[in-house]
Amino acid sequence: MVIKKDYTNGLPDPSELKNEILAKYPRKVAKKRAKAMVVNDPEEQQEIAANIRTIPGIITQRGCTYAGCKGVVLGPTRDIINLVHGPIGCSFYAWLTRRNQTRPTEGEENFMTYAFSTDMQDENIVFGGEEKLKEAIREAFDMFKPKSIGIFSTCPVGLIGDDVHAVAREMKAELGINIFGFSCEGYRGVSQSAGHHIANNGIFKHVVGNDNRERTGKFQVNLMGEYNIGGDAFEIERIFEEIGVTLLSTYSGNSTVESFAYSHTADLNMVMCHRSINYIAEMMEEKYGIPWVKVNFIGAESTAKSLRKLADYFGDKELSAKVEEVIKREYAKVKAVADVIRPKVEGKLAMMFVGGSRAHHYQDLFNELGMKTVSAGYEFAHRDDYEGREVIPDIKIDADTRNIEDLVVEKDETHYREDLVKKKAELEKTGYTFKDYQGMMPEMKKNSLVIDDVNHWETEKLIEFYKPDVFCAGIKEKYVVQKYGVPLKQLHSYDYGGPYAAFGGAINFYKEMERMLATDIWKLVDAPWKHEPEIVGCVTADA
Amino acid sequence: MLLRHTTKEVKERKALTVNPAKTCQPVGAMYAALGVHGCLPHSHGSQGCCSYHRSALTRHYKEPVMAATSSFTEGSSVFGGQANLLQAIDNMFTIYEPEIVAVHSTCLSETIGDDLGQIVAKAKDDGKIPEGKHVVQASTPSYVGSHVTGYANMLEAFVKYFAFNTNEKVRQVNLLSGWVEPSDMREIKRIAEIMKVQNILLPDTSDVVDTPMTGKYEMYPKGGTTVKEIVSMGNSMSTIAMGEWCSKKAAIMLDNKCKVPFTMTDVAIGIKASDRFIQALSTAGKVSIPEAISEERGRLLDMVTDMHQYLYGKRVALWGDPDTLIPLTEFLLDLDMKPVYIVSGTPGKRFEKRMSEILCNKLPEAKVKNGPQADMFLMHQWIKEESVDLLIGNTYGKYIARDEGVPFVRMGFPIIDRVGHSYFPTVGYQGAIRILEKMLGAIMDKIDATTPEESFELVM
Ligand code: SF4
Ligand code: SF4
Repeated sequence: MVIKKDYTNGLPDPSELKNEILAKYPRKVAKKRAKAMVVNDPEEQQEIAANIRTIPGIITQRGCTYAGCKGVVLGPTRDIINLVHGPIGCSFYAWLTRRNQTRPTEGEENFMTYAFSTDMQDENIVFGGEEKLKEAIREAFDMFKPKSIGIFSTCPVGLIGDDVHAVAREMKAELGINIFGFSCEGYRGVSQSAGHHIANNGIFKHVVGNDNRERTGKFQVNLMGEYNIGGDAFEIERIFEEIGVTLLSTYSGNSTVESFAYSHTADLNMVMCHRSINYIAEMMEEKYGIPWVKVNFIGAESTAKSLRKLADYFGDKELSAKVEEVIKREYAKVKAVADVIRPKVEGKLAMMFVGGSRAHHYQDLFNELGMKTVSAGYEFAHRDDYEGREVIPDIKIDADTRNIEDLVVEKDETHYREDLVKKKAELEKTGYTFKDYQGMMPEMKKNSLVIDDVNHWETEKLIEFYKPDVFCAGIKEKYVVQKYGVPLKQLHSYDYGGPYAAFGGAINFYKEMERMLATDIWKLVDAPWKHEPEIVGCVTADA
Repeated sequence: MLLRHTTKEVKERKALTVNPAKTCQPVGAMYAALGVHGCLPHSHGSQGCCSYHRSALTRHYKEPVMAATSSFTEGSSVFGGQANLLQAIDNMFTIYEPEIVAVHSTCLSETIGDDLGQIVAKAKDDGKIPEGKHVVQASTPSYVGSHVTGYANMLEAFVKYFAFNTNEKVRQVNLLSGWVEPSDMREIKRIAEIMKVQNILLPDTSDVVDTPMTGKYEMYPKGGTTVKEIVSMGNSMSTIAMGEWCSKKAAIMLDNKCKVPFTMTDVAIGIKASDRFIQALSTAGKVSIPEAISEERGRLLDMVTDMHQYLYGKRVALWGDPDTLIPLTEFLLDLDMKPVYIVSGTPGKRFEKRMSEILCNKLPEAKVKNGPQADMFLMHQWIKEESVDLLIGNTYGKYIARDEGVPFVRMGFPIIDRVGHSYFPTVGYQGAIRILEKMLGAIMDKIDATTPEESFELVM
């Protein structure tokens, strides 16, 4: 029988737990990890060590720069051949494993179901792989006739001196299609996060602004940092369509390079996952004057709030009315389900260690169900995602960050939107906020334990201490946690379920929590004879 | 269409791989290391590789797969990863307390030229390896070979490090199982037990990646070949190595280091390969083959003869690893099926040679390709040219299966969309019955779904 702590009068102070965790570590490790664990106090401005190198030998959740670049940002884009330059593995593992749904029309290009690799061999490592890369690009062009090819460098590439950018330029001239490279070798950064930045830079440099398309709608927006896992983007797209907002491009769920090319003709950028995509939003503002706002479509309340924020931006009565109508209608559906499920899960404890935004956003869904988040943290976020954007100027620029090119962005005189700059200034006077990400910590309860880059040992101790009812993380953690008898919800892949975004998604998520938390299956784990006295006697037929 | 850009027009490729039929060495090294008791695999490179390999194995087994990484920085990539590995070794023994750390390299550390042996020796000198604990290392660059090569290299490293000949012959046989599932490892042990052959199976992932739900997590589950057992392999009478690609290196190492002779045989898939395994076991263990084994074989043959009509002449496309494709092809031919397209990304000239020996009499027209650019894209193109009745391979085949409407049996690595492979073996006669059952199920389900109503059959 699991004995639970009493949380009715707030969360217990986990300082003791923190000390216990640290006690196991060698001194140097303990010193570093101590700064990555914060006993939260939402009233205080607390500092957390984030985006810091994982210590060698530590069993971490994190992946690499390449994973962030190829896997996360460019992976969900269908009309481009993503050619991985390197030995076979890196390409193989990023092949279809991230569940980014996409919906090409009949006859439209879709390369997402394919894995392309130069499959470097011994001799390419010794003598260089540029010729093989060029040949692979020619072959890909010859067979598939794509409009764009992206080249992704894996670890050995940088070391052997292959210049993927030079190859890209040369092949672009030779073949006459858009070809660009990414120096996203796995070791370049602390985590996937560096890869996001590199991908943002590459798309901005080579794609955004290539197509100065005429307007097609009255209200034009881009949705950024939404990757259409399990169809999340479809849920949001549906609402936009209904309220009459034209979604030019999503970065990058259900997306195309074609749409990135004209995405600079938007009136507003809406940023979902701040960590992975804020760079493009910032650069678009600098170059084209397009403002950006932080939104969140995870949770019904957050969805409503974000839609209102959108309507307020345009200040159009009809749009606002439409938004209110949708909110009212959808809310009724959401409430009907929540009313049934909430009593079954209320007060249960959740913890989540995932990604660069989801560990924050999903707390909203748990709140709506009356569940408590006792501990949370990101896998690859930075301090601003925990503490809010105002700390950005104070963040130390370390060697890893210096590795990533800081694009110099200049104003595009012909396409700069003075009208939007003016609009922004006016709205700001009314209290409307732009680029306002407060981060996770101010919204978390006092005494919740915030941990960056949680590792295996810490996970074990957390489970022991809190005995949570549900643990949210990724595939590598899934079965470890479940062996303890604690159900784990994957928040990268959604355990092949979803969508969880917007109103329809909230309903799905509530039902999923009901499935996971109201089941009796865990009670069967112990065999009935485990709790009975052992049968004693002799083994004869008539005993 | 899921693979809408695949056409039947095959163009020669020299540089581009599309939809690979292989992956990289370290994942094999990691899997092999999991089959040693108390062992924590360690990936010496950037953390991405480790994360990918753990994810791949976790998805395949739906079980915890633990491994640590050296988490290279740009600095370590330039100056070498020695400091990272030394620190990692210290941290692993302190925090996770394994008996053994099994280090494998990655493309990155290999390209830099890190010398694992020298670094591990330094760790020992520096006192970073606690008394009685071990660090085993294997070089596993992915720009050579494939995941199968990594498995072989790690296995070789284990016997090289541990196996020891003390000149006292022990009446036992070493079994090198090749890359098979925990269910297969169990099956091999079961067969050996029926045959009354004392044995040491290496690696043994049963009770490691198929552990029961108990409400308690064990970082080092009870399964896995123990250090003591691996040490004693040096005193065994002989070794049976299953699968050239996976097991031969370790077998040779045992022979060279400990003078334990070996018999090379195939992974026991299908009738003849199982026969050869049983005979090898009987010879090596100096035991006669018990009736129970003959009866198992008889049940398999009974099923084959019963269902022959549904198998006869069926065209099959298969992809995967040489060690399993070779006996599987032989099995399909024995069933009078036609394995017309066979692809493996794993290189090795022996593959074509073995295949042509197996195919030359019954199906010389079969298309066989392995090594560079032998990928699933090419196989799909062949299928577009002339279709097949059945696909056998890893989960990635489902895209082809759906596009082409072809029944599909999952075998190989990874299987990430179905369960069962951890629990039901495909080796031995019992395993062959399972393969048959799966194939027949897939073929007959299609018949049931597509046959005209008037010829719909109740009894089949
Ligand atoms: S770098 Fe090499 S070892 Fe790492 S995932 Fe890629 S192919 Fe595998
Ligand atoms: S080799 Fe580098 S790029 Fe490839 S998976 Fe490993 S860390 Fe990532």
